[in-house]
Amino acid sequence: MVEFRMPSLGADMEAGTLVEWLVKPGDRVKRGDVVAVVETQKGAIEIEIFETGEIEQILVDLGAKVPVGTPLAEIRTDKEEVKAGMVARPAREALEVAASVPITAPPGAVPPAAPVPLPLSAGRVQASPAARQFAQIHDVDLASITGTGPAGAIVREDVERKHAAVVRPIEKKRALGLDLDAMRGAIAAAMARSKREIPHYYLEHQVDVTPCEAWLARTNATRPPESRLLMGAVAMKAVALAAHRFPAFNGFYLDEKFEPSSAVHVGMAIAIRGGGLAAPAIHDANRLSCDALMASMRDLVARMRSGRIRSSEIADATITVSSLGERGVEALYGIIYPPQVAIVGVGKVVARPWIVDDAIVPRSIVTITLSGDHRVSDGHAGALFLAEIGKLLQEPDQL
Amino acid sequence: MELSYREAVRAAIRDALIRDQRVFLMGEDVGRYGGCYAVSKGLQAEFGPERIRDTPLSESGFTGAGIGAAIAGMRPIVELMTVNFSLLALDQILNTAASIRHMSGGQFGVPVVIRMATGAGRQLAAQHSHSLEGWYAHVPGIKVLAPATLEDARGMLWTALQDPDPVLIFENIMLYNMTGKLAADAGPVEIEKAAVRRHGRDISLITYGGSLWKTLEAASQLAKENIEAEVIDLRSLRPLDDATIVASVSKTRRAVIVDEGWRSGSISAEICTRIVEQAFWELDAPLGRVCSEEVPIPYPHHLEQAALPQPSKIVAAVKSALGRDR
Repeated sequence: MVEFRMPSLGADMEAGTLVEWLVKPGDRVKRGDVVAVVETQKGAIEIEIFETGEIEQILVDLGAKVPVGTPLAEIRTDKEEVKAGMVARPAREALEVAASVPITAPPGAVPPAAPVPLPLSAGRVQASPAARQFAQIHDVDLASITGTGPAGAIVREDVERKHAAVVRPIEKKRALGLDLDAMRGAIAAAMARSKREIPHYYLEHQVDVTPCEAWLARTNATRPPESRLLMGAVAMKAVALAAHRFPAFNGFYLDEKFEPSSAVHVGMAIAIRGGGLAAPAIHDANRLSCDALMASMRDLVARMRSGRIRSSEIADATITVSSLGERGVEALYGIIYPPQVAIVGVGKVVARPWIVDDAIVPRSIVTITLSGDHRVSDGHAGALFLAEIGKLLQEPDQL
Repeated sequence: MELSYREAVRAAIRDALIRDQRVFLMGEDVGRYGGCYAVSKGLQAEFGPERIRDTPLSESGFTGAGIGAAIAGMRPIVELMTVNFSLLALDQILNTAASIRHMSGGQFGVPVVIRMATGAGRQLAAQHSHSLEGWYAHVPGIKVLAPATLEDARGMLWTALQDPDPVLIFENIMLYNMTGKLAADAGPVEIEKAAVRRHGRDISLITYGGSLWKTLEAASQLAKENIEAEVIDLRSLRPLDDATIVASVSKTRRAVIVDEGWRSGSISAEICTRIVEQAFWELDAPLGRVCSEEVPIPYPHHLEQAALPQPSKIVAAVKSALGRDR
């Protein structure tokens, strides 16, 4: 029996709410199937499964908010025989064992004779009676609230705050499963952590993309608008190839050490309508053609804006590209999304006087920046990495 | 008028002796010696040995005599040295004083007032230091009072003497030396209601007697961290003023009970239960309790202090209830 657990969909995720089960006990699943939809601060995310077998038991009910790592379902893999009379483990027990949160108190702060509160079980929202009563009267969903009370329980003030937030902007338009305030909070937490923990250094490099523009114009000339290539896809490809060649910028810094990634999953920073930002990954971007990359980017943007992205996409980017070119700034310096170690910024393409063969000529210039993690790399390596991106952009047809 | 708690109690006894000829005081060493806590000092000289009566070491005997005198029409004040010794008179208090009204079909009442010292803190060791007033609050048929302020020490006795049924008054030994101002015309107080000694919005601290001052100190420490605690002085442990408790908890949504008695089966347990019975839906946190450690109160000063509720323990319990301990 294998447990399918609530995945961590990013450094800033602590818990998720199960909003949809796409499978039921008895269903056959294979690796990569989408089995559930989980709502996080980043919106509703389709969760994929990594085992092949049969769903034995669903352990978490719809609407339950559970911490990362909580078993959601049990799967009987194909290797296992069905034993006659096998007794399924009660769901509740599984939940409580896996998700109990030890209560820690600073030594000496609490009188030793005080009864220790029981650990919170994950299956049920822990809310005070006052919070429950207020939530019931005002129709507030407790599952969507983070508690600030004893041992993280929801207290009345938490519900009042949520109620005020919901009521004041009279029914603010809300994308499916997306809470923009919560997302802003999640971004703030992740970025504050990044700025606190990661010693950033910044480099910028101006690249002449005139050949690239000319190639794009030629390639797109005969294409219908929906299949045209954009500079963003070309830049994405160049970054992916460069990241593959410079592993110090591609991977995760975890537990005080850097683990480079052999695969290149490039996170693409996408602005969400109404505010907010997410960076779902394009898997193996270095191996995709520019056309395939472009298609992936369009697909991701569309799904991101409708609020549905997959768990594997949101969780495992190995490096991020942030492109604000069309928004009109010439250069941007990103903040690294932990546990990644680099973010590449691509600015707007601008016409500039440029010296080519001792003559001043108009050229199309783009400013590419690198925010690097000094624990892993330094300015010298960063300069080589940026130069590689610039070099790759000189021969777009080879990408 | 600046005076001590001890002097306020003496003024109350003196006032009662003057106002009502039926009133007399009896107990061990109350006469010539002036009381083991010097409460009755000088009263025998003023009122004579008929009305300030020394008794032998025989709690059951003289408490029973007081009960008999009350039934016969007198208004005795019986002083027991400490609550520990009162257990020798428990048979008289529970089986006789508390029960006669019921057993006689209302024909006889026992208008006796029994005063006794309670609490720890003066290194008197286990047999003189316990806080058993919560046990008496268990008994129907009696009233249990715990004056914590000069006003109550001065005023509760006369009100108790007016009661047609037995009233027990518990005086915390650590309060006798407490001094303060008392109005020259201070007199009887009502004993039906608890008093809110400090107003606050964040948590209700419910206490009585000697713990009131520790609780107020904890409340002022908490105020420095922007936690506003409401402090309720119960004043009467039986009957309990549920209305004041529930109103406060309904406002603050959290409560910590501070009780110098032991935790198990204590008055604080009763208060917690009443809050849950009457204000369950108002609660925002598990109820907290700061009680004495469940040991016989030790003799050494540091161990004795460690066994008792202290402001630091109250502060910690409040922070725990507010989720501010993480």
